[in-house]
Amino acid sequence: MSDPAPTPDTPTDADRDELRRQGILLTSMEELYNWGRSRSVWPLNFGLACCAIEMMAASMARFDIARFGSEVFRPSPRQADLIIISGTVTKKMAPQVVRLWNQMPEPKYCIAMGACAISGGPFKQGYNVLKGIDRYIPVDIYIPGCPPRPEALLHGLMQLQEKIRGQRLTGPTAPPHLQKDTTCDYPVPAFGAHDLEPPKNPALWQPPVLVRKEGA
Amino acid sequence: MNPHPYAFLALFAAVAVAFPLALLALAQLWFRFFQPAKPGAVKNDVYECGIESTGDSWIQFKAHYYLYAILFLIFDVEVLFLLPFAVAFSGLPVGALVAMSVFILLLAEGLVWAWHRGHLEWR
Repeated sequence: MSDPAPTPDTPTDADRDELRRQGILLTSMEELYNWGRSRSVWPLNFGLACCAIEMMAASMARFDIARFGSEVFRPSPRQADLIIISGTVTKKMAPQVVRLWNQMPEPKYCIAMGACAISGGPFKQGYNVLKGIDRYIPVDIYIPGCPPRPEALLHGLMQLQEKIRGQRLTGPTAPPHLQKDTTCDYPVPAFGAHDLEPPKNPALWQPPVLVRKEGA
Repeated sequence: MNPHPYAFLALFAAVAVAFPLALLALAQLWFRFFQPAKPGAVKNDVYECGIESTGDSWIQFKAHYYLYAILFLIFDVEVLFLLPFAVAFSGLPVGALVAMSVFILLLAEGLVWAWHRGHLEWR
């Protein structure tokens, strides 16, 4: 989290922690900004399958996602910061998911919730099931489980908040949407003769290379 | 010297204009210094939806319900104005009486028109 070459003049995170213990709040605009937005991550009101039931449970009184500032499920992608892919993404549904993702304004984040969203899960062999939403959308947090418990979703959200807090506003390590000459357009797949076209976003996902050992 | 009893309205108006302007200016500064715009064909679509939107956002709303608006005006709004008229009837000057008669006649004309066209029949 600290700068690559901290000079003696710039305070490190350890310095700030030490000052905070003494009752002095020393912060930067970047830290303040990330502190604010990491605690108000608004998810898209969007559920796909049984994981969505757990997502609803997480938003209700017992698990209470409002403790983490994410209770504001927005019905419009234009107001959402986070898309929770909660359930099986069929190939029929994949274009709609990618279109919704494209319509969300930056900064935006994606949580793949459950085995289906990660890899197709128990339906991986199905001809109509997308084998993981990360073929089209950059996924920030993967939450395993079938379905994951609401606690697991909350933990995933906390991990996402951790990630947001560590993001840079400027410089080469800043996320792509803050860079000048990057595109944030993700191609929306279309129904082809046999499969979705394109079957993946090659910039995001490449099939693993299988290496067969000699004599095995 | 006491301020004008409605001076607070001017204050409210000033705050109501200044607050959103300040926020918009802040957003513009943020855009200028940190976050370059990332428009896209899908993002700038007419309507935000998983399904591809068709057509333009400039559509014509059909005015099929104008009849109900007219009849509502005749029966409901007329009653609304007739009630204070009836209450203050004995103390009204001639001008008010004439104005009210014109108002009632106008609406009655609408009623005659709707009746003549057969819009009052239950189908």
